[in-house]
Amino acid sequence: MTRTDSQNSRIDIMLITIVLIPVLLGALSIVLPYKKIRRGILVAGSISHLTLTVILGFMRNNAYDTGDWIGLDNQGLLFLAITSILFLMVSIYTAGYLWRESDRNVEDSVEGFYFRNEPERMFIACLLFFLATMSMVCISRHMGLLWVAIEATTLVSAPLISFHKHHRSLEATWKYLLICSVGIAVALLGNYFMAFAAHQEVSLNLDKLIGNAGFLDQKWLKASFLMLLVGYGTKAGIAPMHTWLPDAHSEAPSMVSALLSGALLNCAFLGIMRSHSILFASGLGDFSGGLMVFFGMLSIVFAAAFMIRQTDYKRMLAYSSIEHIGILTLGAGIGGIAGTGAMLHAVNHSLTKGMLFIISGQILYLYGSKKTSDVHNIAKTTPFTGIFWMVGFLAITGTPPFGTFISEITILYGIIGAGRWGIAAGYLLGLGVIFIAMARIMINMSFGGNLNSRIIEKLKELKGVPLWYTAPVIIMAFIILSLGIYVPDALFRFLANAAGLTGGL
Amino acid sequence: MTTWIDIFLLALVLTDFRLLASSRLGAIIQTTVFQAVSLSACMLLMAVRPISIYIIALSIVTFTVKGIILPWLLRRAMREADVQREVRPIIGYSASVLIGVVLLGLSFIIFMPMKETVSGSAFLMPGALFTTLTGLMMIISRKNALTQVAGYLVMENGIYAFGVILAVEEPLLIEMGVLLDVFVAVFVMGITVYQISREFDHIDTDRLSELKD
Amino acid sequence: MDMKLFGPVIHILLALVISPLLMGIINRTKAKFAGRKGQPLLQPYYDIIKLLRKGSVYSTTTTWVFRLGPVAGLSAMIIAILIIPSGGINSLLSFPCDFILMAYILGVARFLTVTAALDTGSPFEGMGASREMQFAILAEVVMFMGVAVLAVGTGKISLSSIYYTLWDSNFTNIAPAVFLVALSFLIVLLTENARIPVDDPNTHLELTMIHEVMVLDHGGVDLALIQYGSCLKLWLFSSLLAGMAIPVRTGIMIVDMGINTVGILLISVFVGIIESGMARLKLLHIPQMLLAAFSVTAAAFLWVLR
Repeated sequence: MTRTDSQNSRIDIMLITIVLIPVLLGALSIVLPYKKIRRGILVAGSISHLTLTVILGFMRNNAYDTGDWIGLDNQGLLFLAITSILFLMVSIYTAGYLWRESDRNVEDSVEGFYFRNEPERMFIACLLFFLATMSMVCISRHMGLLWVAIEATTLVSAPLISFHKHHRSLEATWKYLLICSVGIAVALLGNYFMAFAAHQEVSLNLDKLIGNAGFLDQKWLKASFLMLLVGYGTKAGIAPMHTWLPDAHSEAPSMVSALLSGALLNCAFLGIMRSHSILFASGLGDFSGGLMVFFGMLSIVFAAAFMIRQTDYKRMLAYSSIEHIGILTLGAGIGGIAGTGAMLHAVNHSLTKGMLFIISGQILYLYGSKKTSDVHNIAKTTPFTGIFWMVGFLAITGTPPFGTFISEITILYGIIGAGRWGIAAGYLLGLGVIFIAMARIMINMSFGGNLNSRIIEKLKELKGVPLWYTAPVIIMAFIILSLGIYVPDALFRFLANAAGLTGGL
Repeated sequence: MTTWIDIFLLALVLTDFRLLASSRLGAIIQTTVFQAVSLSACMLLMAVRPISIYIIALSIVTFTVKGIILPWLLRRAMREADVQREVRPIIGYSASVLIGVVLLGLSFIIFMPMKETVSGSAFLMPGALFTTLTGLMMIISRKNALTQVAGYLVMENGIYAFGVILAVEEPLLIEMGVLLDVFVAVFVMGITVYQISREFDHIDTDRLSELKD
Repeated sequence: MDMKLFGPVIHILLALVISPLLMGIINRTKAKFAGRKGQPLLQPYYDIIKLLRKGSVYSTTTTWVFRLGPVAGLSAMIIAILIIPSGGINSLLSFPCDFILMAYILGVARFLTVTAALDTGSPFEGMGASREMQFAILAEVVMFMGVAVLAVGTGKISLSSIYYTLWDSNFTNIAPAVFLVALSFLIVLLTENARIPVDDPNTHLELTMIHEVMVLDHGGVDLALIQYGSCLKLWLFSSLLAGMAIPVRTGIMIVDMGINTVGILLISVFVGIIESGMARLKLLHIPQMLLAAFSVTAAAFLWVLR
């Protein structure tokens, strides 16, 4: 494929625009004094981001200038698209949420004290900056730039977690900030080691590194990958570096949890994939893949262990994220068809988890408790929420006919195809345990127990289910369902190509 | 020339010991200034002659960020949170120093075989690794949130020292990006520490233990 | 007389004659800093002479161990002085690994002082003995580490040859390491000689003292021997420190000897300045200070290994 220079520069400009638009809108939302406009800006920003992403997807082709700092390959486009769609869904929900929550003293759901939220302008600005930094991660073609972008995602998302200003959210923010910053610092060390591996002659440009892969020093490269895996793995929530994740997800407002799980973890995972692709190109794919399989398996086991006796449904969802990142890492580590499955799984998981977190936000609002023992009979109180909570349950545990089933089966097929029977058994066992654990919690929440009089009072105030909540949920559920029924050939080829850099099919 | 680089690196190693041994936050913050001096000096000394304007600029920016702005931010956070010292560290100061000696030895053993692969000083990589580990030690073994932030800064310094080797070849943009990120990180951490101190009346991170399974 | 022996003999004579002067200089410096006129420079001599004229009183609970302490302590110091070089000038008693002998002679002296103190059965003296041993253990490690740095740096293994070649060939190569060793040696000097900030010889408060509390029960001639012994010990450490801190080796014996002696006197002034400027550390902090000295020597060790 060839392309002209003008086409090339046009894509570059668009890539810069896709980062700049949220940044500018974010700055605007800090300056503007009007609440409604600010919320409008949020939605407008996400719509324009998605539009640009779609246009880029069609304009782009696979050839690169090897000196480019930024560019969009299939992997990048995939994760950019996921981020963009999820962010649109979340921004719609957020606009409504802020309208409901604005300017009131909020009662804490756990301890009953009152607190105030963070100023809305900072919150919206940080959301938009968050989008910008995540887009930056997806379009980086330089390991150094990638690092800068991933670290930036931590910093702009920290204020999001402490949106509700109280002691638990501050504790979660602190853990998130410190653990992730230290992790990312380790990844920086990995980047420097990568440069040593290149004998300080090849720059950290991804394409140049892959192009000169045979020339890289293997000892340094191995050390580098280990650092990068641990570093970005901390951010991605891979066990045993996951400790910040349940705290942050349970204390952050639900839409932030949705973004953290659905978009941020993916971005960090993209960092791991990029590193893996370099090692793969230099013939060390077995080493890096092996490590990824190990950590992926470990994450599934950890998640299963902590989900069995979980009493907090937001924490349960957080551990489920650890599990699914584990599955992604495992699939990508195995490579081949499992790599393609992992890419598909990234789409499915992000949308499913986004949906579940948004629903969990609504449940928290209705029931005023994060304890599973306090939430009963959702299906009867609010049928919409109850039904989609169950849909989410079926989807997240990989039950047909949802997309996660297809992707998990694809990964299993890949594992068996690679002859890793032990891994396959462990994978199935882990998924089984998690299915049972989640079923016990979520089915009980949907159908078990009696109606609570307080809830009925609250329902009367509510006057129906708002559209800003139902629309994103229905759209996301629709996408996962359709991906479960039919994966278009073109999409599959695209995913396979995205996984191709790291030995996918 | 190599000797001078080594002397600055030796100073870096000695500052690490001071960090491990001191309980006063003021002393710790002051020590990070010395580290910044040592880092930016190494950067200048290692550059290929004639020194390019980029290296000079980078070295000045490095010193400005790590030696002036960040210590200032930390001092401010220290005043606002009204803490002076680490009261009861998880690992005592004597033990920290002893562990430090062991870590220093380990750093040397690790990089001994790689002496030849790196241009310039044989002290650089071990010194950088030791500084990184010192920072990590401070984060793990201290309870005071601000000491931990300082530890993060020290760890960054150590990693940055690895980057000094590359500063000659790597584009300025990345180093600047790294500095910017560290700056914002310390800034955000400082704000969080302030909020924690207002909410809790203390900044002992071991007492932030409500969230757990 | 063989010219080779001339230098070492002069050094020993100097040590024996001048060493009490060091104490006088320290006291005088402190007095100047405090704005006092201070005692005469030769006061330590007068004290020793006065004590020598007095008789000793021995408690009935003590045994010969108590009487052995001062005599053995002094003789050990004199032997140790035989081993150390004066700057670049060889010592009388020089052989490979002689610093081990020196360290252990100092150890023997300490052992006998401690047993003498324990022999009195006084709780204060026992306490002092225990502290003395605790700090000595740490100081000894630092000292050995320091000498090891110098030995590796110069490639020699006897004190005399180490000091002889210290500033010769690869001056620039090991200078930072020698500087660090000198720094930690200063701390060892302060610890071993019971100076501020480790110990305050003038407090007269048994609870806070380390070294002085051990010799409370000695009097008369015994006390004179002890005081003279501690002057020699100060000379010994000062001489080792001056030898590495002052990088001048002219090759002319008299000049070198003079420079080293001046260096020793300057170190006394310096110790006096330190004592004027600092307070005594908490007992708990003294091991930390020695640990710091240890870590500094460890860094120096890696420097010479690099």
